[in-house]
Amino acid sequence: MSELLDLNLVEASEALKNKKISSLELTKAYLKSISDTSSLGAYLEIVEDKAISMAKESDKKLIDGTARPLEGIPIGIKDMFCTKDIKTTASSKILENFIPTYESTVTQNLWNDGAVILGKLSCDEFAMGSSNETAAKGNVINPWLKNKKMSPGGSSGGSAAAVAARSALAATGTDTGGSIRQPAAFCGITGLKPTYGRCSRWGIVAFSSSLDQAGPLTRTVSDAALMLNSMAGYDQKDSTSANLKMPDLMDYLDKGIKGKKIGIPKEYTQDGISEDIVKFYEKSIHWLKDEGAEIIPVSLPHTKYALPTYYIIAPAEASSNLARYDGVRYGARHEASSLDEMYELTRGNGFGDEVKRRIMIGTYVLSSGYYDAYYLKAQKVRRLIKEDFENVYKKVDYILTPSTPTTSFELGEKQDPLTMYLNDIFTVPASLAGLPGISLPVGLDNSGLPIGIQLIANSFDEPGLISTARILEKSAGFNFIADGAAK
Amino acid sequence: MNDTSTLKPGHIQGETGIWEMVIGLEIHAQISSKSKLFSGASASFGSEANRNVSLVDAAMPGMLPVINEFCVEQAVKTGLALNAKINNVSVFDRKNYFYADLPQGYQISQFTKPIVGEGEIIVDLDDGEQTTIGIERLHLEQDAGKSLHDQHPTKSYIDLNRTGVALMEIVSKPDIRSPQEAGAYVKKIRSILRYIGACDGNMEEGSLRADCNVSIRKSGEEFGTRCEIKNLNSIRFIIQAIQSEAERQVDILEEGGTIDQETRLFDTSTGETRSMRSKEDAHDYRYFPDPDLLPLEFSESWVQDIKEKLPELPDSLKKRLIKDFGITSYDASILVEEKDYVDFYQHAANGRDGKLTANWMITELFGALKKDNLSFLKSPITSENLGELISLISNGTISGKIAKEVFSEMMKSKKSPSEIVKEKGLEQVSDDSEILKLIDQVILKNQDNVNEYLSGKDKLFGFFVGQVMKLSQGKANPGIVNKLLKEKLK
Repeated sequence: MSELLDLNLVEASEALKNKKISSLELTKAYLKSISDTSSLGAYLEIVEDKAISMAKESDKKLIDGTARPLEGIPIGIKDMFCTKDIKTTASSKILENFIPTYESTVTQNLWNDGAVILGKLSCDEFAMGSSNETAAKGNVINPWLKNKKMSPGGSSGGSAAAVAARSALAATGTDTGGSIRQPAAFCGITGLKPTYGRCSRWGIVAFSSSLDQAGPLTRTVSDAALMLNSMAGYDQKDSTSANLKMPDLMDYLDKGIKGKKIGIPKEYTQDGISEDIVKFYEKSIHWLKDEGAEIIPVSLPHTKYALPTYYIIAPAEASSNLARYDGVRYGARHEASSLDEMYELTRGNGFGDEVKRRIMIGTYVLSSGYYDAYYLKAQKVRRLIKEDFENVYKKVDYILTPSTPTTSFELGEKQDPLTMYLNDIFTVPASLAGLPGISLPVGLDNSGLPIGIQLIANSFDEPGLISTARILEKSAGFNFIADGAAK
Repeated sequence: MNDTSTLKPGHIQGETGIWEMVIGLEIHAQISSKSKLFSGASASFGSEANRNVSLVDAAMPGMLPVINEFCVEQAVKTGLALNAKINNVSVFDRKNYFYADLPQGYQISQFTKPIVGEGEIIVDLDDGEQTTIGIERLHLEQDAGKSLHDQHPTKSYIDLNRTGVALMEIVSKPDIRSPQEAGAYVKKIRSILRYIGACDGNMEEGSLRADCNVSIRKSGEEFGTRCEIKNLNSIRFIIQAIQSEAERQVDILEEGGTIDQETRLFDTSTGETRSMRSKEDAHDYRYFPDPDLLPLEFSESWVQDIKEKLPELPDSLKKRLIKDFGITSYDASILVEEKDYVDFYQHAANGRDGKLTANWMITELFGALKKDNLSFLKSPITSENLGELISLISNGTISGKIAKEVFSEMMKSKKSPSEIVKEKGLEQVSDDSEILKLIDQVILKNQDNVNEYLSGKDKLFGFFVGQVMKLSQGKANPGIVNKLLKEKLK
C-alpha cells in the first residue's frame, strides 16, 4: 500500500497509463488511508461505492486506450462544490441535509477528465475562516505534529489536510482571500489560486462572488498544473468566467526562469513575521537568483489597506449571497408561527458565529448612510490595490512573498477574530486584484512545521507561474511527509 | 369660485382654494420573452404553480444569473420608442430584502446606472389636446414570485413561476397633472409597447402594472409630500385611485394636518387608498452592484441596427393616416391607439372612402363590440368584410340605412355583406321606372295630401319621400326618389 501512496499525481497517472497499477487498487489504497486518518476529520462524506465504480470505469478506459488526462486519479472535493446526489453542506448546519440535483462545472470537468471522487472535504463554514474551526461538524486537524492538534488552516482545511495526510491524491479548494494558499502553506503542500474568471463558479456555494475562485491543492507544482488543466475553462453559465483558452500547463513545467524579473515588495516584510519564515523567504530569493532570475525591489503602497478592504467587500457580498438560506425552499427550517420568526430561528440556529459576524458586518457596510463610507470606499481602494500590481507588473514578471506571517498554530489558540484575520495578510491583496497565486512548501520551522512561499503572477499568466514555482520547488527540495500522514 | 363644474381635471376645490395634483408613474411592463431575464425557464402565464422554475429561479446554492439578450434588446427598443437616451453601459444591482416569494433574498434590478435614461412622449387627451410627459428612466429588473395566503388556514403557499420574469420599469417625471392624463399616459405607453412588441400590455394578466406617486399643491407652489399607490392593474383603477388619494390629501391639509410620505394600497371595493407601510418602516434595500454580472455593455452600431428595424410608431402613423385618408385628428388618434386597430383600418380603407371607413369602424364596429362585450380581436367582422360594406355603400348598391341592417347581420352571422345583400334582396333600387311605380301608388293613396302640397304646404314633401321609402322597404335610392317625386309633383 505504502508504495501506492508514495506516488504523486503525475507519477500515479504515469503508472496507471503504463498499467503498472490499476485505478481500483489506487482508489482502495486511498479509501483505506481515509479510514486510517479519520481522526483528522478531513472528510465530511465518503462515497466509497461511487469511488469504486468510477475506478472500475477508469480501469476499462485505461485498458482500451481511451484514458483521459486524470484517468483513475482519486481526489477529494471541498464541500463548497455542489456534487450531484452527494450531500453538499458548505460545512454549515443550515445545509446539513442538502443534496444537490446538479454538479458544479469544475467538478464535472474533473469527472469528464477521468478523476475518481473519494468524498467531500471539510472546510470553514461557507469558507469563512482561516483555521477550519468554524466548520459546523468541528475542526480538521493538521497531520503535522500529530501530538499537538495543529490547525490545518482554512478555509480549505479539509482539502489541505487530506492531501498532506495522503488520504487524497489531490483535492479541490476555493480561495476568496487565501483559502487555498494559507492551508496549503500550513499543511506543507502546494495550493494554486488561479486568475479570477479562470475556473467557473457555477455550482460552487457562493461566499464572495467577486473574489471566489476554485483551484487545486496538490503535493507538487506539476500535480497542480495537471489538475488545473482539467478544472479551468470558459463556462457560459458563469457571466464572470473568462472566455480565454488556457494553454496546456504541462508544457510549461521546465521553461525555467532565466532573465525573468522577480519583484520583492517591501510592504511584505513587516514586523510580526516569524523569523524562520523570513529566513526561508530570503533563501527563496537566493534560489531564484541562482537560477538566473533578476531580483528587483518593488513597492505595493496600498498593501496595508488590503485587509480592511477585504473585510468590507467579502462580508458585504456574503450578506447578500447567504440571504437565500432562509428555510423556505431547501436546507434546515425552524418552524415558527410567523415568517419573520421562522427566518430568525432558521438563520439564528443554522449559521455559526463567524458567518453571523460577517453577515452583520456586510449588512452594516451596505446600509444606507454607511454605504459610501465603507462599501464604496472599499471598492475605490480595491481599484488602487489593483493598480499597485499593474504598475509593478510593468517592471517585473512575478512577485515573491511569504504565504503567511506565521506557520500553523494550535487549534483553539486564536480566539480573537481580528488576530485570525491577520493570517490572510499576504494572500488577500492578490485576491482583491484577481491575480493568480501559488503557495508551495520550502522548508520547516524550528518546531517542525511547514513554511509556505507565495508567487503571484499577472492576470492569466498561470503558465509562467507554474514555470517559476517549479524552479523554487526544485531548489527547496521539500520532501518531508507529515508525521500524521497515512503510511 | 364654488362652481365645481368649471374645474379643470386634476383640480380640486377646497375650502382654501383650488388644489392641483402632481403625479408621477412607475410602469412595470413584462417583456414579451419566452424565457426569464436571467434563466432559461419559461416566462409563460397561466401554468400550473411552480412549473416554470429553474435552479437559478429557486436560488439553489451556487446558481448564477446569465442575462437574456432578447430582453436587453426589448429594453433598448422601448427606450428608442420613448425618444430616450440609451446608455451603452449600464449596471445590474441587487436590491436586498427578505420575503418568502423572493428566493435569492434580493431582486436583480438597475439602480444607479439604468439601461435607458431621459426621454419623452406625446399623450393625446380626450378633449383632443396633446401634452408632453417626460420619461425619467427605464430599467430592467426581475419580477418576484407570488405568495398565496388563502389556500390554507395557517400556511402560505408560494408560486415561483413569475420569479425572475423580465420587467421593464418605466419611470415618468412628475409631469402629469390629472388622473385623466395619467390614464392617457398609460394608454400611450401601452400602445407603444404593443407596436414594438416589447410587452403585450395585458393588464388583467399583470403584464402591465403601475405605481402612482401623488401629491397636491396650490398652483405655482413647490411640490408637496407624495404618497405612492402600489400595483394598480387597470386604467380605471389608476384614475380612481389618484382622484381619491388627492382628495384625501386635500382633506388632511385643509384640516391643518401634514401628509406622511408612505406607500399605500388601493382598495377596489371601497374606491379608497389605505396605508401599507410608512417611511419609517421602509426597507433599507442595501443596493450594490451584482458581482455575478458584468456591466451590461453594447455598441452604438447594435443600437442603430435596432433603431432601423423599429416599426412605425403611433405618432407618425397618426400623421400619415390624416394625410393619406383625410380623416380627422380625433379619429386618427383613436385608430392608432392599438396596432390591431390601425392594421384593420388600413386594410379596410385601402382604395375606399377613408372617412366613411373610419366612421363605420369607430362608431358602428366599436359600439357593437362593446355592446356584445367582445374584444377587438374576437370581432366577427373582418377588415375585408367591413371594406366590402363600405364599397357597397359608396357605389350605391345599398343605402346607409340598409347598411346598418346588413352590419348587424354581419355581426351575427359572420357572412360577407354582399352575401347578405343577395340573400335578403337588399340591393338598392335605382331604376326610374321601378321607383315611378312606387310613387304612383303613394300619390294614389294620399290624394288629400297631394292636394295640400300642391296648394303650398311644402313641408309635406318629406312625407311623400318617407312613404315611398317605406313602400320599397328602404331599398329605393333616396336620391332618385327625391328627384322623381319633385318632377311628379310639379
